[in-house]
Amino acid sequence: MAIQTDALKQEEVKLSKEEIQRYSRHLIMPEVGLEGQLKLKRARILCIGTGGLGAPLGLYLAAAGVGHLGLVDFDVVDSSNLQRQVTFTTEDVGKSKSEAARARLKALNPTIEITAYETRLTSENALELFKDYDIVVDGTDNFPTRFLVNDACLLLGKPNVYGSIFRFEGQATVFGYPGGPCYRCLYPEPPPPGLVPSCAEGGVLGVLPGIIGSIQAMETIKLILGTGEPLVGRLLLFDALAMRFRELKLRRNPECPLCGEHRTLDKLIDYEEFCGIRGEEAPAMTDGIVEITPKELKARQERGDDLFILDVREPHEFQICNLNGKLIPLGELPGRVSELDSSREMVVHCRSGKRSADAIRFLQTAGFKKLLNLKGGVLAWSDQVDPSMPKY
Amino acid sequence: MAVKVMIPTPLRQFTGKQASIECSAATVGEALGNLTTSFAELRKHLYTDDGRIRSFVNVYLNDEDIRFLDKEHTKTKDGDTISIVPSIAGGLAATLKEIENQR
Repeated sequence: MAIQTDALKQEEVKLSKEEIQRYSRHLIMPEVGLEGQLKLKRARILCIGTGGLGAPLGLYLAAAGVGHLGLVDFDVVDSSNLQRQVTFTTEDVGKSKSEAARARLKALNPTIEITAYETRLTSENALELFKDYDIVVDGTDNFPTRFLVNDACLLLGKPNVYGSIFRFEGQATVFGYPGGPCYRCLYPEPPPPGLVPSCAEGGVLGVLPGIIGSIQAMETIKLILGTGEPLVGRLLLFDALAMRFRELKLRRNPECPLCGEHRTLDKLIDYEEFCGIRGEEAPAMTDGIVEITPKELKARQERGDDLFILDVREPHEFQICNLNGKLIPLGELPGRVSELDSSREMVVHCRSGKRSADAIRFLQTAGFKKLLNLKGGVLAWSDQVDPSMPKY
Repeated sequence: MAVKVMIPTPLRQFTGKQASIECSAATVGEALGNLTTSFAELRKHLYTDDGRIRSFVNVYLNDEDIRFLDKEHTKTKDGDTISIVPSIAGGLAATLKEIENQR
């Protein structure tokens, strides 16, 4: 039976003269060779996300000759993506990401098959999507999808090549490898919303996803070839500012609900609820906080009302645009609260309204009462009052 | 024992932007205690209200996860490095918009 299968595969997968030329720098390496190149051609790899991490990943896997690539992304290309998502060009702005990436990768390597899935990965479609692929590469940007990819890979027994980034720091590892740990072994639970700064507050240095996504591409190719030491049981940490790589040990957690001794999870769950993104927590965010809309603020300023404007963003954000308020970054607020006058009515704002809500909650505990949160922050101010104000 | 605590990027806003803090402590728990005394804002990011290390934050002594050592009682020696490793999800624009919409 095995011989038959091998014979079938030999017959099915061959390299054309054009492919031999294209992959010659692989073929002359003993670590890849013709056998390795055929493994790459037979491989079916699913990339979740075609953004910052997905860009180098897709480009390198396509260039390397991975025979079948799946690209999952529901989003459209935005001009703010172009700073790091190097698959896309300025002309792609407004187009479907998965489709734009498919076209770009197909132009790079017309000999491979690429399937674009213009859909959001959900608990309903993940198992069906994953089942036809050998390896899943996680290039997403949010906790619910991270847990979903991990759990679906574990349930199907597929490796999950993980990478994540924040500002100038990155993490990479391979989860779901036979005998190795999974994402839940490392982090049993997601952070509650609000406790970890979001990317809106964080930003990311454009080259960073290029480096981490390239590491994911390298690990994927090593897994396909079965060569070298895979990044299993090791968490690679990268600090771009210090230009330093560190490695920490990852162990299987015997109490892991998914791959531990007493498995309590045997199916996919509602990951948004698990991560507290919707449900009980959301309405609580604005409890006890009075909002003012940009239009109301504008009207009250024009009326000459005495309103103190507190901007809790960072100094570099203040430089991009501001409402002539006093700048005290959220992180410095507890130490600088004495600079504020609690007798004056105060409008607190940030970029979108989240940090200012945190600031108000803090100021309330410090005894301030006349507090208003600018609804939607400077983004809403730009939309509703002053379109000349740049958005970022 | 003189130890170095490595602060990850997301938490540096609470440590006056410092990437690492040197302190003296006999155990990992004591080092973290010193740290959260110096930087009070850090506390709620590292500990739950009932004083347990949060499950989306891992603490390492050198390259070993303290959950597999003696947890916070893990003893330190001179020159050890303690790393705080929070889960990070990424920084792509797709979620940025989603988060904005939810706010």
